[in-house]
Amino acid sequence: MALTGIEIFKLLPKTNCKKCGFPTCLAFAMKVAQGQVQIEQCPDVSEEVKTKLKEAATPPIKGFEFGSENQRIKIGDETVLFRHEKKFYNPTVLALQISDVDENIDKKVDEVLNSQIERVEQILKIDAIFLKNESGNLEVFSRALEKIRNKASQIPLIFGISSPKIASYVLEGFKNGRPILYGATEENFSDIAEIAKRYNVPVGVIAKGVEKVFFITETLRTKGVEDLVIDTQPQTAAELLRDNTIIRRAALKGVKALGYPIITFANRDDEFYETVMASVGILKYSSIVVLSSILKWKNLILFTLRQNIYSDPQIPMQVRQDIYKVGNPDGNSPLIITTNFALTYFLVKSEIENSKVPTWLAIMDCDGLSVLTAWAAGKFSASRIAQFIKESEVEKKLNNRELIIPGYVAMLKAAIEDKLPGWKVIVGPKEASGIPTFLRNYIRSKH
Amino acid sequence: MSFIIPKEIYTGRIPEIVFGKDKIARLGGETALPMHFFEGDFPNKPLIAFEIQDTKPEDYPQELAKIYSSVWDDPIRWARFCEALGAKAITVRLMSIHPDSKDSKPEEVADRLRKFLTEVDLPLIILGSNHIEKDAEVLPVVADVSRGYNCIVGKAQEGNYKTIAASAMAAGHSLIAMSELDVNLAKQLNILITQIGFPKEKIIIDPMCSALGYGFEYTYSVMERIRIAGLVQQDSMLCSPLFADVGFYVWKTKEAQASEEDVPQWGSLYERSFMWEAITACSFLLSGAELIVMRHPDAIRVTERFIDDLFSLRQ
Ligand code: B12
Ligand code: SF4
Repeated sequence: MALTGIEIFKLLPKTNCKKCGFPTCLAFAMKVAQGQVQIEQCPDVSEEVKTKLKEAATPPIKGFEFGSENQRIKIGDETVLFRHEKKFYNPTVLALQISDVDENIDKKVDEVLNSQIERVEQILKIDAIFLKNESGNLEVFSRALEKIRNKASQIPLIFGISSPKIASYVLEGFKNGRPILYGATEENFSDIAEIAKRYNVPVGVIAKGVEKVFFITETLRTKGVEDLVIDTQPQTAAELLRDNTIIRRAALKGVKALGYPIITFANRDDEFYETVMASVGILKYSSIVVLSSILKWKNLILFTLRQNIYSDPQIPMQVRQDIYKVGNPDGNSPLIITTNFALTYFLVKSEIENSKVPTWLAIMDCDGLSVLTAWAAGKFSASRIAQFIKESEVEKKLNNRELIIPGYVAMLKAAIEDKLPGWKVIVGPKEASGIPTFLRNYIRSKH
Repeated sequence: MSFIIPKEIYTGRIPEIVFGKDKIARLGGETALPMHFFEGDFPNKPLIAFEIQDTKPEDYPQELAKIYSSVWDDPIRWARFCEALGAKAITVRLMSIHPDSKDSKPEEVADRLRKFLTEVDLPLIILGSNHIEKDAEVLPVVADVSRGYNCIVGKAQEGNYKTIAASAMAAGHSLIAMSELDVNLAKQLNILITQIGFPKEKIIIDPMCSALGYGFEYTYSVMERIRIAGLVQQDSMLCSPLFADVGFYVWKTKEAQASEEDVPQWGSLYERSFMWEAITACSFLLSGAELIVMRHPDAIRVTERFIDDLFSLRQ
């Protein structure tokens, strides 16, 4: 855990000599705690203290990158057990498992490449491929790898190889970035460690249960292999939850040998249960979740869950107050108003797009609150809406004086009309999904 | 070096709620964070209750209509149908009382409920329509009519808890207390409710639910915080079972309704919609919910399988 200003102050010489450029040691300590100045700026601080600070500042879960030159993925660097304590930083990587003996490799790679969905203006997708050396054969694996690289030269890769010999051949020939080598078992971990060191790749540590994993990571650490991902091989959701909770908690309490990201194999025969397993991984500390198949509905659920859980609990996502254009609106186009909560904005905007009706979208600053929350907090009130519409001078853009409000705040209609003389307020549907039909009818009624 | 599991020290125990008359259901009673079987007791599994409404629903989308449209005109048949699907408990939502619906009078509701109670013997949760004034008017009558049936009634909110809590207490029911996504508001409401004499062990907190993708993370985190406050930080006013009204919020979302033709990139509507409900529910099981109200039988099946899987580790 990073130290507080007071904790840092206690480590300083406390002479207030001002050589650091600050009036007191305490003032300096506060700035260091905020990350605004470096501890080295005090010439009199001991090496020991410097190391201590550095250690305290390193997240208890080791962070590192893998992937290709152009598609790096960061995992780890987490600092809390519960997202409300600060936030979860590096979103769970979703990977598709492909076996090297699979006959449909091309098709599966295409599915990965086509998995992109946009939600709240983020591009969400399956991020990586786990290629499993099921054949136990080098040639078969290399051929499969080539197929993948031909279609997706930059896709981040995890190699599921247990033979040190095959692993070292594959890595010798592999020259694009850093795949993860999965991995090191109780039988082969010394050899795998050597290979990982030689090629500087992260290693998956595989053993049944936290204790066995602990033993291997402890040994690998002392050999200087530090970029690890852990797999305790949970068979059920219950084991997954237990192992991951124990690992995260231990890591936060300073157990270095467990301070590594976790990889979870969610693949199950039953798609529904696989989705549940993957969700547990996303909610509870897995940095990589490996799936057996790509299904659109499953992706959408997992992407949304991941986006929700990894959002920042302190700052609601907001957009700037403004009159936005959706499509190419003109003087006869409709005008819609809503709040500046990013989720609200994007949902409304995408439904306007679906309607194909060019529209003016007035986004009002409500501190990033949703429609009803902002209304309940007095921020999306009739008088504030009226003031915003006046000050925005949107009327200069319009031939009419009509304002469409969200259905959930229908009760504001009269009050807004009262405060905006000459305007007519039209109540839209409650849910954004009703916007396309609503807008098309609205336009039709004008002709 | 060997590894010792770092265990949390807990000071609280979530009260156990037992409800129902002929058939009984139990929930709560645990002494550790959700599903931490390695460091606490979990006498009861979380409970999923099927939702039915007292009038034909106006906003059930296609995937729900497919299942319930043949029975939803008649709450008794609807409840029996759920029982046949394996329901362990039933939630009746009195939508008809909402002024925007039929604005049913308390006496009408009471008559229908009397009949319902003689015909259906599953443990029962009775919810109002989320209209503060109307709930305050109807729920006391409802609580009285169901006296002796040992139900759970709700939701009591800041604006109407007095009459609802008083009547639930007089009739011996447990109570759902709903506040708005805020630990302190939840605590405050529990304090107010106990101040009028309602027993704390019979309160269930509804911290306000939301669907995956639509405020989900707020509910998830508020639940976690309430659980931690109640079990670890010795805050007895937050040491109560948690309620999640999952189906109600999930089935409003676009993800549960839009056809595959409209959003081809979202895939099959059937799987997408019921799994949206299942994953919302499964997630809240991990943040602390032990009473969840759901709608789609397949979503309930997946969620119950998850519960059974989790409890396979109970010592
Ligand atoms: C998450 C949440 C919060 C979060 C805030 C999140 C945020 N950034 O807004 C927090 C915890 C901070 C919060 C606080 C409060 N909340 Co709140 N909150 C919610 C919750 C669970 C979800 C809101 C959400 O994110 N919705 C998703 C967004 C996208 O919805 P939306 O903006 O309405 O947009 C939809 C539609 O309106 C439509 N739409 C939007 N714009 C337009 C425009 C047009 C023209 C059209 C046609 C359609 C349209 O499209 C969208 C999708 O369909 C809801 C209950 C629920 N489950 O829905 C309560 C809710 C909104 N909150 C409520 C309340 C009362 C509060 C508080 C006042 C509680 C309190 N007493 O302190 C505070 C106020 C905040 C403050 N003082 O700062 C109430 C409002 C009650 C009411 N009917 O007025 C609700 C409804 C809960 C309830 N009681 O049922 N809340
Ligand atoms: S230079 Fe070091 S000792 Fe001097 S005031 Fe700054 S922090 Fe204190």
